[in-house]
Amino acid sequence: MTDAWLAPEEWSAVRLSLEVAARSVAVSLAPAVLAAVLLSRGRFPGRTLLDALVHLPLVVPPVVVGWGLLMLFGVRGPVGSLLNDWFGVRLVFTTEGAALATAVMSFPLIVRAVRLGLDGVDPGLEAAAGTLGAGRLDRFFVVTLPLMSPGILAGAVTAFAAGLGEFGAVITFASNIPGETQTLPLAIYSATQTPGGEAAAGRLALVSFGLAVSGLLLAELIARRMGRLLGRGAG
Amino acid sequence: MALEVALRHRFGRGGDGFALDAAFVAPTPGVTALFGPSGCGKSTVLAAVAGLLRPREGRVALDGDAVLDTARGVFVPPERRRCGVVFQDGRLFPHLSVEANLRFGLRRAPRGAEGPGFDTVVALLGVGHLLARRPAGLSGGEKQRVALGRALLSRPRLLLMDEPLAALDAARRVEVLPFLARLRDAAGLPILYVTHALDEVDALADSLVLLEAGRVVAEGPVEALSVRTDLPVLSGRRDAGALLACEVLAHDPVRGLTRLTLAGGGELLAPLRPNLPPGRRLRVRVRARDVALATQAPEATSISNIVPSTVTGVEAAGSAEVFVSLMAGQTPLLSRVSPDAVARLGLRPGLPVFAMVKAIALDPAGTGAGSL
Repeated sequence: MTDAWLAPEEWSAVRLSLEVAARSVAVSLAPAVLAAVLLSRGRFPGRTLLDALVHLPLVVPPVVVGWGLLMLFGVRGPVGSLLNDWFGVRLVFTTEGAALATAVMSFPLIVRAVRLGLDGVDPGLEAAAGTLGAGRLDRFFVVTLPLMSPGILAGAVTAFAAGLGEFGAVITFASNIPGETQTLPLAIYSATQTPGGEAAAGRLALVSFGLAVSGLLLAELIARRMGRLLGRGAG
Repeated sequence: MALEVALRHRFGRGGDGFALDAAFVAPTPGVTALFGPSGCGKSTVLAAVAGLLRPREGRVALDGDAVLDTARGVFVPPERRRCGVVFQDGRLFPHLSVEANLRFGLRRAPRGAEGPGFDTVVALLGVGHLLARRPAGLSGGEKQRVALGRALLSRPRLLLMDEPLAALDAARRVEVLPFLARLRDAAGLPILYVTHALDEVDALADSLVLLEAGRVVAEGPVEALSVRTDLPVLSGRRDAGALLACEVLAHDPVRGLTRLTLAGGGELLAPLRPNLPPGRRLRVRVRARDVALATQAPEATSISNIVPSTVTGVEAAGSAEVFVSLMAGQTPLLSRVSPDAVARLGLRPGLPVFAMVKAIALDPAGTGAGSL
């Protein structure tokens, strides 16, 4: 991949896609781990409701998710107006907004992967840690978290790969601004709408494909490494 | 000082649920074995003592200090009970090295807690060459030795062992059992030991709590319970018989015998075990099926141990066997004979007899006994 091969604005779409996907994972990882732990281990009223809420982006059309974000985080929305008035932060039509939309869309993917990782952790090990004097948080950070880390990593990689291709929610909430919110899929869409843009669309699609395959290979490599590191105790 | 345990708990609902209603007092320090068939609730008792299970009703107190008292709303969480647990499956942390596993509890032990140091425990259990390894690369026996060390190094007030040898094959059990005995002697801690293997009881336990279907059917010193004929869990076994405390007196290599003095007076001749130093205290189980009876002193016999005794009880054990309880001086013995033998010899309480035990039938060094 070189600048000579891709036009500057195409190259910027690739970079932007990577940035948006990375930021979306950074934003959603910790809350996703928390949600996974609550859903997997917690016994509290409203657990089913939280479960449904987390999985909503999987079943609701992405455009509807984008519209929901627009209502909530728009400059006149209940959250967006507060952010704007207090911090001068505006999310709509910005790269940050694109990352937020992507994060919401990939959130259930991470939660599912993390839950799989967590379910692979033997509760007996946590009990053993308890009898050895480790309190609740101590047990979580020293035993549970490292043992579920293959699941967390798998979730992060999957979300990153999926985030590169998020279209509906991004275009609805963050619009299609070159250099600002025009990620790879948006650039491909724009190219196909432009007369004579077939070649550009083809190049970008090829890049998309390459990134997706690399992501899969990376995930596989990490999973194997982690499995060996954890003594095949989990993952 | 004692460990007091009283628990009531119910699993499941209605008739097919399992009810636990067990209470016992274990003397401390000392090893108390919770013994019974699988499913009798012994592991449940252990989990409740460790704080891993919250029983519906109950009280657990160690030397007067209650860690559980449902009547007064006391429930000390496991991390503050200081009960070191050795689980059947080891439960070593797979992502940590052997050394980090061993130090896990040590790092979290209260500052003032006393106990053997890291190097002492590593030497005691012979795990020095394993420290850098991961648990996945250890054999079953090595894993259990590390698990023992990890529990001991957490500086517990009480050690709980949940069938620590049950997951091992016979060879590995023989490998780990001596380490358990050494650990018991070095730790000086009260130990609650769950098992369904009688040889482990013989080798390790001072007192015994017999559990059946969630209830305590008997408790007391192991030797005293070993000669009871009213406890089918014990007396119904092939290896049932009197467990005798004794001391190595001398070795006789020419005759191929080791002389043992019994705590209750008298002597026993056992196969030569020159590696046991004189003065070493151990226990020998004299299996009831290995004890023959005669009303006259037999002459010209291969049997080495001929002990004058008095019959104290005759009790049918099923349709084809009879338990004969004996007293040889201060030493109780148990013999299992056929109803025909009872009739021919006219065995009845008060009758003087000679109890005959082949030296070869005794095993003072193998898994049948250990150091006291």
